[in-house]
Amino acid sequence: MQIRLSGILCQATGGASTVEVSGATIGDILTSLVQKHPAIQEHLDDGVAVAVNGEIYRDRRDQVIPEGSEVFLLPRIEGG
Amino acid sequence: MSGVTVSAKVNGDAVQYVCPPNESLMDVLRNRLNLTGVKEGCGTGDCGACSVTLDDRLVCSCLVLGAEAEGRSIGTVEGISQDGELHPLQTAFIDHAALQCGICTPGFLVAAKSLLGRNPNPSEEEIRYALAGNLCRCTGYDKIVRAVQSAAKVMRKQKKS
Amino acid sequence: MPYETDYTNQKFSVIGNRVNRPDGVDKVTGRARYGADASAAGQLVGKILRSPHAHALIKKIDTSKAEKLPGVKAIVTGDDFPDFTGGNRSLMDTLENCMARGRALYDGHAVAAVAAVDAQTANEALKLIKVTYKKLPHVTDVDEAMKPSAPVVHDWIRTAGIEPAPTTASNISQRNEFGHGDIDVGFAEADVIIEKTFKTEQTHQGYIEPHACLATLGPDGSGELWVTTQGHFTFRNMCASLLGLDVAKLKVTSSEIGGGFGGKTHVWMEPVALQLARKSNRPVKLVMTREEVFKATGPTSSTSVDVKIGAKKNGRITAASAELRYQSGAFPGMWGMLGAMTSFACYDLKHVKSVGYDVLCNRPKVAAYRAPSAPMAAFGVESVIDLLAAELKMDPVEFRIKNAAKKGTRASYGPIYGPIGIGPTLEAVKNHPHMKKRLGKNQGRGVACGFWFNFGGQTCTDLNIGIDGSVNLTVGTVDVGGSRASLALIAAEELGVDYDQVRVTIGDTSSLGHNDTTEGSRGTFSSGMATIFAARNAIDVMKQRAADTWGIPVEQVVWEEGVARAKGRQNSNLPPLSLKEIAAKSPRTGGPIAGHNEVVADGAGVSFASHICDVEVDPETGSTRVIRYTVVQDAGKAIHPDYVEGQFQGGAAQGIGWALNEEYIYGEDGTLQNAGFLDYRIPVCSDLPFIDTEILEIPNPNHPYGVRGVGETSIVPPLAAIGNAVSNAVGVRMTHVPMSPPRILKAIEDAQ
Repeated sequence: MQIRLSGILCQATGGASTVEVSGATIGDILTSLVQKHPAIQEHLDDGVAVAVNGEIYRDRRDQVIPEGSEVFLLPRIEGG
Repeated sequence: MSGVTVSAKVNGDAVQYVCPPNESLMDVLRNRLNLTGVKEGCGTGDCGACSVTLDDRLVCSCLVLGAEAEGRSIGTVEGISQDGELHPLQTAFIDHAALQCGICTPGFLVAAKSLLGRNPNPSEEEIRYALAGNLCRCTGYDKIVRAVQSAAKVMRKQKKS
Repeated sequence: MPYETDYTNQKFSVIGNRVNRPDGVDKVTGRARYGADASAAGQLVGKILRSPHAHALIKKIDTSKAEKLPGVKAIVTGDDFPDFTGGNRSLMDTLENCMARGRALYDGHAVAAVAAVDAQTANEALKLIKVTYKKLPHVTDVDEAMKPSAPVVHDWIRTAGIEPAPTTASNISQRNEFGHGDIDVGFAEADVIIEKTFKTEQTHQGYIEPHACLATLGPDGSGELWVTTQGHFTFRNMCASLLGLDVAKLKVTSSEIGGGFGGKTHVWMEPVALQLARKSNRPVKLVMTREEVFKATGPTSSTSVDVKIGAKKNGRITAASAELRYQSGAFPGMWGMLGAMTSFACYDLKHVKSVGYDVLCNRPKVAAYRAPSAPMAAFGVESVIDLLAAELKMDPVEFRIKNAAKKGTRASYGPIYGPIGIGPTLEAVKNHPHMKKRLGKNQGRGVACGFWFNFGGQTCTDLNIGIDGSVNLTVGTVDVGGSRASLALIAAEELGVDYDQVRVTIGDTSSLGHNDTTEGSRGTFSSGMATIFAARNAIDVMKQRAADTWGIPVEQVVWEEGVARAKGRQNSNLPPLSLKEIAAKSPRTGGPIAGHNEVVADGAGVSFASHICDVEVDPETGSTRVIRYTVVQDAGKAIHPDYVEGQFQGGAAQGIGWALNEEYIYGEDGTLQNAGFLDYRIPVCSDLPFIDTEILEIPNPNHPYGVRGVGETSIVPPLAAIGNAVSNAVGVRMTHVPMSPPRILKAIEDAQ
């Protein structure tokens, strides 16, 4: 499965905007991403959001990712 | 600074308090008489949250000295409801969802009651200008104006019957 | 217990009713207690001394005279806040913003604080504190701050997001790029390209209630904080981290909140109040003045934005790009990034690129303001969209419909959309009677769209059923605009009881698990979800009690319209048991009946709105009147339509103020010139027309009732809708917000 990255997060992957990862949940694929690009850990600590098929998840690491989903890692956002 | 002793009426009841000569009526009402329905939004007379009536005249209590109230009659939001019944304005504000956070509500109610006392049948424009001294940041004023219109109608009916 | 969060399209019996809010009577009688309305025996009054300079070294703070003043019980400066941040930069920023550490970074930055027996003594003490400053060069304009020659606000900032990583300090804290495709290819395909630069000035959320708190903190490290906040759990964590306290030993109670709009999501003076309380071992009440609120809390960014969009003659956009420069105040922020993410979110674009810069200035630390960063980006983008439509001789609404994002569109910020409402809001605008009203002389009409993400987050809710069948619902999300009514409706719907039977309370931090701040339009969305599940838990308990009473397996019991029924012919002799009956018997059937839920309420659906605005501009004075305004927005499902409309109207009104009047005005010396409601003019009742609303309900697939957040999106379109309307009225494109009379007159003059 691929995870796509944008914004400042790409800096931690050496500029790559897609990374091949494995796992069944958001937590799994983030772990897999950190294994490949340890520099991303700092961003995960600051907080990120994960879009699975367009739906944005901020904190639910146990969220199961359906087969064939598009997974997008976004910087964490604040609201009013 | 030595205090000034003041005798006044608040919401119909006789009160006595001692305050420094430079203390605002708003601070007296809030801090000495525990009438915290009087809200402070700015302290400079720009927001109307501290609106009260002083001998039936609408004032910002932050711009009046506590000492100036000697021998006078003060009306706050706490005195709008009478005999355990909500005033038609209070009912209308709840019915029309004319408040969100509610911090400006006491000032609006005092100002609106004062308006309807002077003008029982105000036009929309008259309501908007009469309430222009009260800031609300949540509602866009839409539901507040509608609530005042609706309460005015109820009060006119009550007066007739 | 995990629950299914998918939308179920159920039929509702009480959801959608315009019931009276449970806190209504308290709020119309003056009984409701806000931040400044609590007092404690023996309390002191806290006051803060603030920098009069935009940027200065603090060489010395001499508190000796103030300490000797009778009635002064404690004085704190930066030295009284040891570093407990463990190297966490963002925590240190918060701490330094609460109290300067060797350097004052903006006009109004706190440098010392006093607790004294009364306000008079505290004010006198402030005057006796002698601070020796050495003034430093300052910068307050975002474009100026980006220049290499600009005074640097923090020498440790290295711009993140650029390669190779810079080695010298800059005011640009980060660069973020979003988009897809190749804009060069896209622009080469365009028949028409429009490029323009826009500026927006800094505005404040302008909540009517100033920040206020009452703090106690004993020598044992236990304390309490009564505070006006959007998130008391977040405040607890923040204060505990900054002061080195155990989270569990600090109890934070949220007062009624007199408006927040993002400005009460962060701590400003609460850690200072706690520290004063610790030092004096007395309760300390600290209430900001309006001037302090303007100077030293968290207004929104001022911005400078370039937008370029190209389209074919057939009306299809071929490429879009933007560079967005957002001022974040004296500390790093994420605001330029959010501007870049939201800028083109309404459109279906093959080639798009947006680059956001976060820029430090000598201004207060920027905080979220309702859909933070989106209104300024939308101002630029929606203005250029209008210009393009005019160039192509197309109707601006048709042009937007033709290019609107839909299910399956790749959003400009990355992911692919599920079901969304931008198209339907535009169709509703097109068919709205407002669009058919003829305009008069000096009048103009503008339309604009807006987007906001919405989010959910950590939520924890308790539901307890009383012996008489009445229901206490305790939630941990602060009610900023009527959510208690909506949550009571949800509990009533699930349990099958009357709305009046449910009482909702906002629990303090010791009564519930962590709840994220009420921000990102999450209150009703996430506490609503947790309430549904807590109620279903309670129903499971009641079904078991009924089954035990009847002596049948619980599988044979169903819950319908507030009663337990025994299923099956063999049980036909068993009369249904109502909630009231089960509750009355509860002491003898197993004790209290409760439901509880903790959830990370994720999957909040994105939100779109389209607004229509008519204005009349006086060409002699440049003064603008909004004569008609219509908001169309997707709510997913409106739980309580009155308060959904209220959010739509309130957001629009704030946007109108931003578009026409409101701005922070800094002098040459870097000090704020208009820190009061007289000179920073928010809309008053006579400035506005009735604001018409149309609620669309395109269910969010990730909420059982289809709810989307509604609180923020309504502030996104107004800057642009009014900008387009004013431009149409005066025949000159307006590119600088607020469009105050002098700016409009100048624009007319320059065009002639």
